Amino acid sequence: MSIRTITFDAIVVGGGGAGMRASLQMAQSGFKTALISKVFPTRSHTVSAQGGITCAIASSDPNDDWRWHMYDTVKGSDYIGDQEAIEYMCQVGPEAVFELDHMGLPFSRTEEGRIYQRPFGGQSKNFGEGGQAARTCAAADRTGHALLHTLYQQNLKNGTQFYNEWYAADLVKDADDNVCGVIAISIETGETVFFKAKATVFATGGAGRIYSSTTNALINTGDGVGMALRAGVPVQDMEMWQFHPTGIAGAGTLVTEGCRGEGGYLINKDGERFMERYAPNAKDLASRDVVARSMMMEILDGRGDGPDGDYVYLKLDHLGEEVLHSRLPGICELSITFAQVDPVKEPIPVVPTCHYMMGGIPTNVNGQALKFSGGHEGEDQFVNGLFAVGEVACVSVHGANRLGGNSLLDLVVFGRAAGLHIEEALRQGMTQYEPSEADLERALSRVNRWNDSKDGESVSSLRKELQSTMQNHFGVFRKGDLMEEGVQKLAKLRERIANAHLEDKSQSFNTARIEALELDNLLEVAEATALAASGRTESRGAHSRYDFPDRDDENWLCHSVFDPTSKKLGKRDVNFKPKTVDTFQPKIRTY
Amino acid sequence: MKVSIYRYNPDTDREPSMKEYEVDTQGKDLMVLDVLNLVKEQDPSMAYRRSCREGVCGSDGMNINGKNGLACITPLSEVAPGVKDGKKPLVLRPLPGLPVIRDLVVDMTMFYNQYEKVQPYLQNDTPAPAIERLQTPEDRAKLDGLYECILCACCSTSCPSFWWNPEKFLGPAALLQSYRFLADSRDEATEERLSRLDDPFSLFRCHGIMNCVSVCPKGLNPTRAIGHIRSMLLERGV
Repeated sequence: MSIRTITFDAIVVGGGGAGMRASLQMAQSGFKTALISKVFPTRSHTVSAQGGITCAIASSDPNDDWRWHMYDTVKGSDYIGDQEAIEYMCQVGPEAVFELDHMGLPFSRTEEGRIYQRPFGGQSKNFGEGGQAARTCAAADRTGHALLHTLYQQNLKNGTQFYNEWYAADLVKDADDNVCGVIAISIETGETVFFKAKATVFATGGAGRIYSSTTNALINTGDGVGMALRAGVPVQDMEMWQFHPTGIAGAGTLVTEGCRGEGGYLINKDGERFMERYAPNAKDLASRDVVARSMMMEILDGRGDGPDGDYVYLKLDHLGEEVLHSRLPGICELSITFAQVDPVKEPIPVVPTCHYMMGGIPTNVNGQALKFSGGHEGEDQFVNGLFAVGEVACVSVHGANRLGGNSLLDLVVFGRAAGLHIEEALRQGMTQYEPSEADLERALSRVNRWNDSKDGESVSSLRKELQSTMQNHFGVFRKGDLMEEGVQKLAKLRERIANAHLEDKSQSFNTARIEALELDNLLEVAEATALAASGRTESRGAHSRYDFPDRDDENWLCHSVFDPTSKKLGKRDVNFKPKTVDTFQPKIRTY
Repeated sequence: MKVSIYRYNPDTDREPSMKEYEVDTQGKDLMVLDVLNLVKEQDPSMAYRRSCREGVCGSDGMNINGKNGLACITPLSEVAPGVKDGKKPLVLRPLPGLPVIRDLVVDMTMFYNQYEKVQPYLQNDTPAPAIERLQTPEDRAKLDGLYECILCACCSTSCPSFWWNPEKFLGPAALLQSYRFLADSRDEATEERLSRLDDPFSLFRCHGIMNCVSVCPKGLNPTRAIGHIRSMLLERGV
């Protein structure tokens, strides 16, 4: 077999915040680490994060407490976030955020010279009793950009080996399902290579491109989830997709929740501040699932504006030009470019838009991927050699609904944790699993399938159909029969995609080939989402069903686990055992 | 509307050529990237980079009817009069001055090398406090207009000095980042940073042509940053 092999101690797939935080940790330790990214790292989707990174660093409130942040996160998750993982994230968070400052991240500042923090949705003081907190650390409204560039710079400084514009196509595993590395393609030359490593870390981000309307970058095609499912690795809570309340109508571009944190609010076509009716206390700063649903109710009840009555408005002009230009400069730019509206003068037309995948590859706090073995945690087994961090992972700190500002914290805390764990494991001696020729052939089969395709449908038309199926059958509000139709459509799409055609077989920078390989991943993510969504017969967090409108703690206070081999949906216990605080017991969730 | 695009595939083409496409925009004021995506539906072999499609990742810098810009935030109405209405073609070429890999994709190695040369990372050997290093809002404000760079290379590839000496002249993007760290109150490597720039080429090849300022899609001003570094070098020389 003539495939070139490149060997490392550890490889990280994905150059966003999580991947680069993990690679930085390992590069500092001196182990041979490579980062494989399908785009130059600063083009990763972390760059689009705006409002900030939520963390109890006690700048805006000297008495702030990470336990309050933990309480908010558990409640925000609608009680299916794992409390041990949430505890770890909130407790370790401040250290991880201060490290970012020490690395040079240009945070906005308070008069005292500390990091500026703004209010975000779902935040409270004193376990929900002390009113709105301001806990989101910000670099104006470009926090993700500042964070991503800072991490790239630190990786340069510490000598991480980058394989930029290399596309990881599939996992390589041995006969016992141990992970040995990945097959990756150099986009520039077309060469296909086996990257062999003791630890393979997936940091491939989200998959918002399964929907037609999304805030996500065009590159967010769920490559990690696709690779995992094809390798037989289960995924968890895939029905849980966050619809961000404020995507610019038509364009899908994100408008940060920080706008509402700074005092902006939503109005319907009559100019009414409708969130006062849905969430009397938190109003526009209720958590995202609540706000998105309220907006959709307004639109469905005929109070949306525009030719099709399909959007509401985000009003900011009352904040004044100075605040808008100093705190939300990027939003002013985006709004003028994509909505032709200057927020200093007029409200921005907005609509709930697919934003974040709460589900993903189940892991523990060290990023180790878990296999499902039948019911109770503790019985979980590891997928040897495989790790996942960031949006592709489901630790799970977001449960059924992520709080704004918690994704950037998730990235740095768990990227770092996985790096620390792997560093230690390598020091103690990790096994390098060796694939046979047949194992490599199997991993290459999908790439070969596309390269050998002779005729069939085009990638772009199939992708559009997949996206509209997800948009129409698995949106903000869901219903059994409608989802069943969606599942049928996806089953047909699977057959058609298996016979689709890659016309361009050239080697140099063949983006048609990459888009074809991405389409397979979109399908895997879509199918797991569809089957998990129709399987969870309740409403919880972001998963909202007309036919099962209530939360059902008796049957569904648990993770869903989708097994790709049987295509069956199982259940897994939520962790209710934090190490240093009492368990937060499930309560009725109101804002 | 008519679109004319620079095409070159090293696997099959001896030399580059311009290829014409007919795209139906339904009269909408689409972004140039939307038009490219429509072209790719017709002709999947068309190669270009794209990611965030909102002007923050810097992937899709290209030469649009003679001017460098980001395809995703350049509406047809702003390209040139007549383009949106189909009276004039939209003409897309790769960023000038860098080797072409394929179609609109250029090899950015030289650009990234210059960026790396300015040591674009905070340097501070003083042991860090248990919290953040304090910085006044006034000191932080000095980084505005510097840190927002997205490394799209629109500026450096519109700079005649960079075209002439892409290996020796650092170019506007790298120099903007050099000043971003010189201006950071938390950075301690000022002297070393300046001494690395103190030669006839690295910085002093800037002739104040200001093409960089006129094309920057983020509205940044590398020429001004270069001016600040010049002053720092002069003060240091005295």
